Amino acid sequence: MSFLQIEHVRKTFTTPEGGEVHALDDVSLDIQAGEFFVMLGPSGCGKTTLLRSIAGLEYPDSGMISVDGQRIDDIPAYERPVNTVFQSYALFPHMTVEQNIAFGLEMEKVSKEEIKQRVEFALAQVKLEGMAKRRPSQLSGGQQQRIALARALAKKPKVLLLDEPLSALDLKLRRGMQIELKRLQQETGITFVFVTHDQEEAMSMGDRIAVFKDGKIVQLDTPREIYRRPVNAFVADFIGETNLIEGSATETGIHLPGGGFISRNHIAPDCQFGTSGPVTVAIRPEDFELSENEGALKGTVRDVIFTGDSVRVHVLLDETEVVASLASYGVRVPDRGETIGLNPLEHSARTVAS
Amino acid sequence: MTTSHTAPKRRRLVNLRNFPSFTAVSWGVLFFLYIPLAYVLFYSFNSSRIATIWQSFSLHWYSVTFHDPDIQRALSNSIKIAIGATIFSTFFAVIAALGLLRMKRAGSAFAWALIGAPLLIAEIVLAVGTLAFFRAVNIPLGLVAMTIAHTAFCIPFALIPIRARLGQLDNAPFEAAADLGANEVQILRRITLPLLAPAIISGALLAFAISIDDFITSFFLSGPGSTTLPVFIFGMIRSTVTPEVDAISSLLLLFSGVVLISSYVLNRRRR
Amino acid sequence: MSKKHVKQLEGRPGQTSPLLALPTVIFLTIGIGIPILVTIIYSFLDRAEIGMGVKWHFNPTSYKSLFIIENLDGTTGFDSRWIKVLWNSFLYSGITTIVTAIFSIPIAMWIATRDENKRNILLAAVTLPFWISILIRTYGIRQIIDDNGPIGTIMHKLGYAHYHIIYTPTATLIGLVYVFLPFMILPIYSSAERFDFRMAEAAYDLGARRWTVLRRIVLPSIRPGIIAGIALVFIPALGSFLQSDMLGGGKTNMIANVIALNFGQARNWPFGCALSVLLIALTLGFVKLIQWIGKKSTGEKVSFI
Repeated sequence: MSFLQIEHVRKTFTTPEGGEVHALDDVSLDIQAGEFFVMLGPSGCGKTTLLRSIAGLEYPDSGMISVDGQRIDDIPAYERPVNTVFQSYALFPHMTVEQNIAFGLEMEKVSKEEIKQRVEFALAQVKLEGMAKRRPSQLSGGQQQRIALARALAKKPKVLLLDEPLSALDLKLRRGMQIELKRLQQETGITFVFVTHDQEEAMSMGDRIAVFKDGKIVQLDTPREIYRRPVNAFVADFIGETNLIEGSATETGIHLPGGGFISRNHIAPDCQFGTSGPVTVAIRPEDFELSENEGALKGTVRDVIFTGDSVRVHVLLDETEVVASLASYGVRVPDRGETIGLNPLEHSARTVAS
Repeated sequence: MTTSHTAPKRRRLVNLRNFPSFTAVSWGVLFFLYIPLAYVLFYSFNSSRIATIWQSFSLHWYSVTFHDPDIQRALSNSIKIAIGATIFSTFFAVIAALGLLRMKRAGSAFAWALIGAPLLIAEIVLAVGTLAFFRAVNIPLGLVAMTIAHTAFCIPFALIPIRARLGQLDNAPFEAAADLGANEVQILRRITLPLLAPAIISGALLAFAISIDDFITSFFLSGPGSTTLPVFIFGMIRSTVTPEVDAISSLLLLFSGVVLISSYVLNRRRR
Repeated sequence: MSKKHVKQLEGRPGQTSPLLALPTVIFLTIGIGIPILVTIIYSFLDRAEIGMGVKWHFNPTSYKSLFIIENLDGTTGFDSRWIKVLWNSFLYSGITTIVTAIFSIPIAMWIATRDENKRNILLAAVTLPFWISILIRTYGIRQIIDDNGPIGTIMHKLGYAHYHIIYTPTATLIGLVYVFLPFMILPIYSSAERFDFRMAEAAYDLGARRWTVLRRIVLPSIRPGIIAGIALVFIPALGSFLQSDMLGGGKTNMIANVIALNFGQARNWPFGCALSVLLIALTLGFVKLIQWIGKKSTGEKVSFI
């Protein structure tokens, strides 16, 4: 029995023009206790609507949501055993840090001494012990973010909902917070549901990731599986970087633009495709190696870009451009205009539904 | 466990954007704001001689209003004063804004106190003070006296939108103009004034509305034969109230509505 | 480098000379400054023996007669009439301010949380009364509460014919509330519009119910608007003339009515001027008070222009 259960949740919005948008289109989801669960997708895919539906800030049209065996979709937000870290932090500007954190506990009529203790503990958890008397406006963005986190954690929620909490931070701060959030989740054992549109963040943090598109979950799996076995071209392209090459299938393999050919035994064994007709091949840039002989892919080098840890070679196969990411050290780097061959590593090429 | 099957009937969840009874109170307030106006509008079509007792539908009192020479004279006085006050107060507001707003000087405190005074000090105080002053220096009561007084208290109203607009402007367009070789006069004419134009129009409209609606100042400063429309209406209300008051009030209501709607439309189009 | 050159470098582009404001300052000195000065001077003079105006003789009797009555037999006694007028003015303005605030907070929040189209229409609906003459609005409310108007008719039908609203203090109050309601709604609305509803969502999320959200999150956030509204209602209400004149029937005089009386029938200009000076002082005192409260509770300076 799963901890956070979402069954057949639907939510339809009416646009001002009178059209209908299915923000959530029959979404079902099971999240385990203590899991770090990530909902990933482009903006408008429904992930935030689902998060807000769990929080009770939005009401689904139909479906069921339960936490720890208790149905919550029929109780108001203020009675639900879940708390949210908002994207904008939504700290109360007229209250001090301490008052912000205490607010939620006062709502539960927790005793004064206990509030004091739990506020202190929450501040310690986010390493901002000295900030109790400050106002939110006196804190940096990163500190505000931690206070928002402390405020929600102090309530000891069964599920902590995080709505793109790191999107306003700069890259370096964000990396640090990612690690800290992950550590905090492991220490507290609280189930985290984390919404983001940043696939790198999703992969580095999630135990499991649900990829959303147009109000539906397209794929739900571990980061590794999603990266390695994307179910379709959208996921392959959205998660990490992928070369999507349109080819045509034959009995022995796939013909590619520019005269290249990949034989069936080079393609991941779990991929099924017909013996004729168009087919989309997905190959990650890092899964190429330079072929000194005739490669599976043949093309002209258009650009060579040095990025430090790798060299990215843009190769033109007829009109399709593919990117190969080669080690910047120890291998030969081709020149612009050179005709080269590329081979996908064994079983790394996949066919994907478009 | 099968929560979904044993779950009780879904509770009706409250709309979190609404606070209890706010909707009802709001409609109540709107009703309260408009019912007297609707009542006046309705009773302007009363054929009875007594404003509060409904007899039958009639345009009689509109006809009386349109043919009442006293009303025509009062209206023409009101319009003359309002146009004068609008032009002068807008002019004074614009130069005050340009002179005072983009520079902070200690000396401006006195100027600001004078400009802000009509917003703070009760109108009747300024009205009797002006009356006393004009009598002392033998300025006759009448149109000129009223136009001077109206201009004075319209200046802050004309200034409000201009000030708000100047507050929104940053230095970029001025610096760009200077960079492109415009001198101070050219910047004023080609950049500052065009940027302020919508605010100047709003301010002028506000000044006009304030002046034409003014009662108290005109009440003390109008001389014989220079009665304004509000003063005349006040006299009518004081004596016998016929539906003529409702008719003239309705016409003014209509005018206010048209002005507001046209200023909204202007704003929309600008966006 | 020439002196002119240096001067040009001082100001930022587009900045105009403060001298430009000089004509306005001169005009306002004549149109506002001198009348106030005249009022102050006249308040210390004697009333003219016949007709209107003053006699140029220094005499602070006007201020004395605010509290002391001189009987015909030459004795003096404490006079509570003007104190009562002052008290009434304060009381009515205070009640008006409180009542308008109580009704304006819900409607301002309500409008601010509607969707954009509805919000614009509703905003126009509460703005329109601004553009309508206060005289006409006062007349309108008078027709409603008149004995022959709808309220009177209803009361008559219910058997309360002996109760009258018109020409009572209640009528003055209803008129003041009616006229000044938009002055309270609009500033509160402009604060409410800026209220970030995600704050309320966060409070709900932390377990607060709707009244708690209102009291602890919404009200503190719209406080600048409420303070501005208090200033915008209380100050003009304190100096209001038409409502007590047209609705109170002369029984509920406020300061402005007494000032008007002394410049009219009573022909005691110095006393009218003394009351004016008093009203100015009270207003400025209130302005200072509200600025102090504003600074204390919001940390921002309350500006009146």
